[in-house]
Amino acid sequence: MVKITYIDSYGESRSVEAEEGTTVMENAIRNSIPEIVAECGGGCACATCHVYVDEAWYPLTGQPSTKEEDMLDFAYKVQPNSRLSCQIKVTPQLDGLVVTTPSRQG
Amino acid sequence: MMAESIQTDVVIVGAGPVGLFAVFELGLLDVRCHLIDILPKPGGQCAELYPEKPIYDIPGHPNVSGQGLVDNLMKQVEPFRPVFHYGEMVEALEVLGTPEAPSFRVRTDNGQSFECKTVIIAAGGGCFQPKKPPIDGIEAYEGKSVFYAVRKMEDFRDKNVVIVGGGDSALDWTLNLHPLAKRITLVHRRDDFRAAPHSVNAMRELVAEGKMDLKLGQIESLTGADGLLSGATLLGADKSKTELACERLIPFFGLTMKLGPIADWGLNLNENLLPVDTEKFETNVPGIFAIGDINTYPGKLKLILCGFHEGALAAQKIHRYVYPDKKLTSQYTTSSSALQKKLGVN
Ligand SMILES: Cc1cc2nc3c(=O)[nH]c(=O)nc-3n(C[C@H](O)[C@H](O)[C@H](O)COP(=O)(O)OP(=O)(O)OC[C@H]3O[C@@H](n4cnc5c(N)ncnc54)[C@H](O)[C@@H]3O)c2cc1C
Ligand code: FES
Repeated sequence: MVKITYIDSYGESRSVEAEEGTTVMENAIRNSIPEIVAECGGGCACATCHVYVDEAWYPLTGQPSTKEEDMLDFAYKVQPNSRLSCQIKVTPQLDGLVVTTPSRQG
Repeated sequence: MMAESIQTDVVIVGAGPVGLFAVFELGLLDVRCHLIDILPKPGGQCAELYPEKPIYDIPGHPNVSGQGLVDNLMKQVEPFRPVFHYGEMVEALEVLGTPEAPSFRVRTDNGQSFECKTVIIAAGGGCFQPKKPPIDGIEAYEGKSVFYAVRKMEDFRDKNVVIVGGGDSALDWTLNLHPLAKRITLVHRRDDFRAAPHSVNAMRELVAEGKMDLKLGQIESLTGADGLLSGATLLGADKSKTELACERLIPFFGLTMKLGPIADWGLNLNENLLPVDTEKFETNVPGIFAIGDINTYPGKLKLILCGFHEGALAAQKIHRYVYPDKKLTSQYTTSSSALQKKLGVN
């Protein structure tokens, strides 16, 4: 299992154990993590699963695809470390991953 | 100019998969429909949110994509020649008749009105509406200085216009409003655009000629008074702040689903859903039906297949409202020559 920590916009942190091959979004929804909406259910079509990846972890999550970059245009307060959490696959290298959720998704 | 009122048996609010299949069930019973959707195309969530994703639980279709299902449904309803009104939001629903012989007037934000015997609300997760950018106090400027769509080009004549976005809508309006506006500034968070290459090239040429501005970054705050904008603060990718002259702002941030005007139609609501019975899927107002994701009842599942079933049963009751003197007999499409004639296969 891979540990993921979600920090909400108020600074409260919640950690979950994630299975390899699932996505960071799926684990948030499964564990009722606030501030992740995922209206399109992982289709890379809604940008309501936006997260900021902790700088140290950002390189390990891989490059966003063109489609994800296009969709990030619809997210709010996008930063260089912004990702759509439905597009981040859980791998063993991500054990300990920390992401922060924005105050608003849609 | 007010268009003439359209007379029909049923107005269906929402052209998602469930609204579409209702057309088929009604068509078999000789009931005619008009469908209205705010999207420019049919298919609701399937077409807007997951056109390429496979769906595995449509009975008899082990695997069909969201768009594939919509295309098939459109083909299936073709024989009944439903009339589609795209890009219009149903705003008002007014009761004209009695509970025994209901009739309604439906009005869209485009000024089109309909008179019909029954209404089916197949509004799913709600109206697809433009997302609003998270700028404090933006509501105060909406409709006067901030627009999420361009309805009247004249609103932008001789104004400093700021357009935010990197897709076709943003680029098209940049090019269309450019001849008319005082100055256009296109704001996008990166130097890559999703829009058609020829419009991106045309925009870049205007920038090179000094005829408009392209700024990379995001709008952080607005200044103005009494609903009229005067400026906007741009936060650049490098965290620098720039003041932009801005009298009109057009942000394009994609779509989200909101319940919308349905809440004002005098219908019972339960957590933004319409409670119905499970025999006819009728709301608390006789003649107004609700099917698909928008309704609720004990055991409700938000699945496409359940919406199809609801449409079939609602159609039976609707037939009684539309043809009070006709008796319905149960027929199969496989064997009834009358039904096959309606389908144009016989
Ligand atoms: C990612 C994802 C995956 C899914 N996968 C499945 C699956 O595998 N199987 C399954 O069965 N279901 C699935 N669903 C659910 C399924 O898509 C919905 O149950 C289905 O779309 C509901 O159909 P509908 O016609 O009721 O509403 P919708 O598809 O929501 O369509 C409603 C339409 O009504 C319009 N509308 C609403 N109000 C107004 C108004 N006032 N004026 C004008 N237009 C209006 C909206 O713009 C919209 O186009 C999935 C959903 C998502 C998001
Ligand atoms: S869940 Fe919609 S883009 Fe990630």
